[in-house]
Amino acid sequence: MLVSQLIDKYFRTDRLPHIWCPGCGNGIVLRAIVKAIDNLGLNKDEVCVVSGIGCSSRASGYLDFNTVHTTHGRALAFATGIKLSNSKLHVIVITGDGDCAAIGGNHLIHAARRNIDITTIVFNNNIYGMTGGQYSPTTPTGSTGTTAPYGNLDYNFDLCHLAKSAGATYVSRSTVYAANMIIKQVEEGIKNRGFSFIETLTTCPTYYGRKNKLGNAVDMINHLKEITVNISAYEKLPEEERKEKIPIGVLYRTIRPEYTERYEELMKSF
Amino acid sequence: MADRKVVLMQGNEACVEGAIIAGMRFYAGYPITPSTEIAEISAAKLPRIGGMFIQMEDEIASISAVIGASLAGKKAMTATSGPGFSLKQEGIGYAIIAEVPCVIVNVQRGGPSTGMPTAPAQGDVMQARWGTHGEHSIITLYPSTVKEVLYTTIRAFNLAEKYRTPVILLMDEVIGHMREKVELPNPSDIEIYNRKKPTCKPNEYMPYRVKNGDIVPEMASIGDGYRWHVTGLVHDETGFPTNDSNIAETLIKRLVGKIENNLDDIVQYEEYKLDDADEVIIAYGSTARSVKAAIDILRSKGKKIGLFRPITIWPSPKKQIKELAEKVNRITVIEMNLGQYYLEVDRIAGKYTEVAKFGRVNGELISPKDIISFLEEG
Amino acid sequence: MKYREFRLTGSGGQGLILAGIILAEAALLDGKNVIQSQAYGPEARGGASKAEVIISDKEINYPKIEECDLLLALTQKAYDKYINTLKADGILIADDSVKLDIDSNSDIKVYSLPILATASEKIGKPMVTNMVALGTILAITDVVSQESLENAVLSRVPKGTESLNKQALVEGINLVKKEKRIDSYETC
Repeated sequence: MLVSQLIDKYFRTDRLPHIWCPGCGNGIVLRAIVKAIDNLGLNKDEVCVVSGIGCSSRASGYLDFNTVHTTHGRALAFATGIKLSNSKLHVIVITGDGDCAAIGGNHLIHAARRNIDITTIVFNNNIYGMTGGQYSPTTPTGSTGTTAPYGNLDYNFDLCHLAKSAGATYVSRSTVYAANMIIKQVEEGIKNRGFSFIETLTTCPTYYGRKNKLGNAVDMINHLKEITVNISAYEKLPEEERKEKIPIGVLYRTIRPEYTERYEELMKSF
Repeated sequence: MADRKVVLMQGNEACVEGAIIAGMRFYAGYPITPSTEIAEISAAKLPRIGGMFIQMEDEIASISAVIGASLAGKKAMTATSGPGFSLKQEGIGYAIIAEVPCVIVNVQRGGPSTGMPTAPAQGDVMQARWGTHGEHSIITLYPSTVKEVLYTTIRAFNLAEKYRTPVILLMDEVIGHMREKVELPNPSDIEIYNRKKPTCKPNEYMPYRVKNGDIVPEMASIGDGYRWHVTGLVHDETGFPTNDSNIAETLIKRLVGKIENNLDDIVQYEEYKLDDADEVIIAYGSTARSVKAAIDILRSKGKKIGLFRPITIWPSPKKQIKELAEKVNRITVIEMNLGQYYLEVDRIAGKYTEVAKFGRVNGELISPKDIISFLEEG
Repeated sequence: MKYREFRLTGSGGQGLILAGIILAEAALLDGKNVIQSQAYGPEARGGASKAEVIISDKEINYPKIEECDLLLALTQKAYDKYINTLKADGILIADDSVKLDIDSNSDIKVYSLPILATASEKIGKPMVTNMVALGTILAITDVVSQESLENAVLSRVPKGTESLNKQALVEGINLVKKEKRIDSYETC
């Protein structure tokens, strides 16, 4: 399917153009999500996209599904109520690094712990874009932001490690350079009966790029290519070389009973 | 009538009983004294009747899940107490602007902060009114007996569905924890209101347009085939965000107006021995019980005194309070705070009569003795 | 019938709140109006515990008790804390382990009974202390009918413990009967 056909089929074209800056990677991720939904042939009425607050969370408004643009950090909590109330829905959460790792970090931990069937896609651009370039939990140590003018003192978060430890049953990472990998991961995440966590490394040339002199959008995307390596290759690297690289691909998969199914079993037991 | 079951029931228990009769099939909560029994009883009952219970990771998650469930078509409730009520304000604002029916119970305890977890207070009356940010109106109900908790909870759901708005049910530790006689209603005698759903074709659905003769827009559930957009941003009739100043003003005025223009339907109150009264006490919740006891004693001494008890705290019964103020020599507002509802009563009645206040914040229910000595000695 | 205000006090874990609920439920079965309320500290066990029951033929507005008609005190701590809340002509039921300091001219009617020992030694189950206490209240006050109290006990106690609890209730009743016999013997 052509991109233009994908747009006609899955986007609310009357809501376009979107608010994202030229060079922003969010569009690449969003296209990959609808492509995955198309590949799976999901009924649009049975897809519910829930987002929080931030640049990426505006995505829900552009998509022709059931869409809920919630409060900052709470997308997963809203989504939990939606999924539990109607378990037939394919619930997809679109969130950013600030939304899901900072203000919504607790909800991420507990949604993963419950293994509730929600596919969470994090648009990780390492910065708070909508509020103007403040450092986030995924801003690398030493990078600058408008609230880290002397370099970020915080250590940055590995969200995939967090999601895995908390109980997610599908954990993967990709980048906007490897867009086809995002499609595959979203497909697998939606198919996984349980909590799926998909981190996509994306680009913010306006704030993160400019503040850290990373060049234009193309330079930033090439940079993502350089710093990432497929997980199978990553595992073969010597320890000191691993420090320079971020692994991408499916990082973790397991099978564990899903929350709404367990709740339905409880109801049937009476 | 004759075979109605009479039971001894706790206030918190009656709340769940009423909620289930009203159609509650989703509860999300977080443990907090003195409201925890509401979560415990919901956890035991809901899965047995096809309902969902979930204990969320925090108070904000609880109200967020409740809003999500309501969007997916369930009647949903959460319950909390002071510290948790502070946290719920974020979700209450969202439910107001996105017009999502839900019920938030706050069994009040001593505050601020952790305060006195097992002691009663009425310090959240103004927070119920103005706790969430931004211009808004809110419906807040406050029962005073265990039986009334049951019926008022049903009413809270009905109003939430009818006006597509969060409804706050205020209680206090006294009402929440005491046990009292309740005649259980026959559910078929109870009027239940369900949100109006759209019947139009999905491509014609305007999720935030009010049809002629309706109070609120029709509400589709997620999964019904309407694929609408819900947001906490100011939005137009399509539901999509806008910065248009005219649309913003129209929306906020409509949200406030749907409550403030329907006071006769929403406002509920009790009058006790008011007919010949030249002096009136205004009190609500458990304090009103002490006031009734005090009035009985004062009446036996020949004092013409009565009670006006708002059950709908917000919006306040402005018309009724003004009419009273024009008739009586003095109105005294008695509450377990230092004069929160007094501010509202004085605003309405101050031009017409003397308005006095008497409050306590010691974690104990104000006693009839305290009330009598205040009224006699000032 | 005038207001009957009962205050049951002791330590957390003695089942006094359940005893209060059962007493209130029995009164309800007798067709009375009731209010039961409680106060507890943050501790689940061992802290001070207080259950209150108001029984009346009329509507009850003020749900709290100031001065009670009957005080049950199962611990010294509870007795010391609450004895001053008993009406001048009220009834005191205290465990016999509690040291009393009631003035000999006082109009308080005092029952010092081995409630804890009856439960833990005679019946061998400290958990039925509350039922023994309820038996003493029934025998002393007749505020509820024995039938209603038994029905209330049976509807509130865990399945399988019905006969044990009923036995405890009877032991409580017998404690008072025995005490009354001693009383009459001494006055003879």
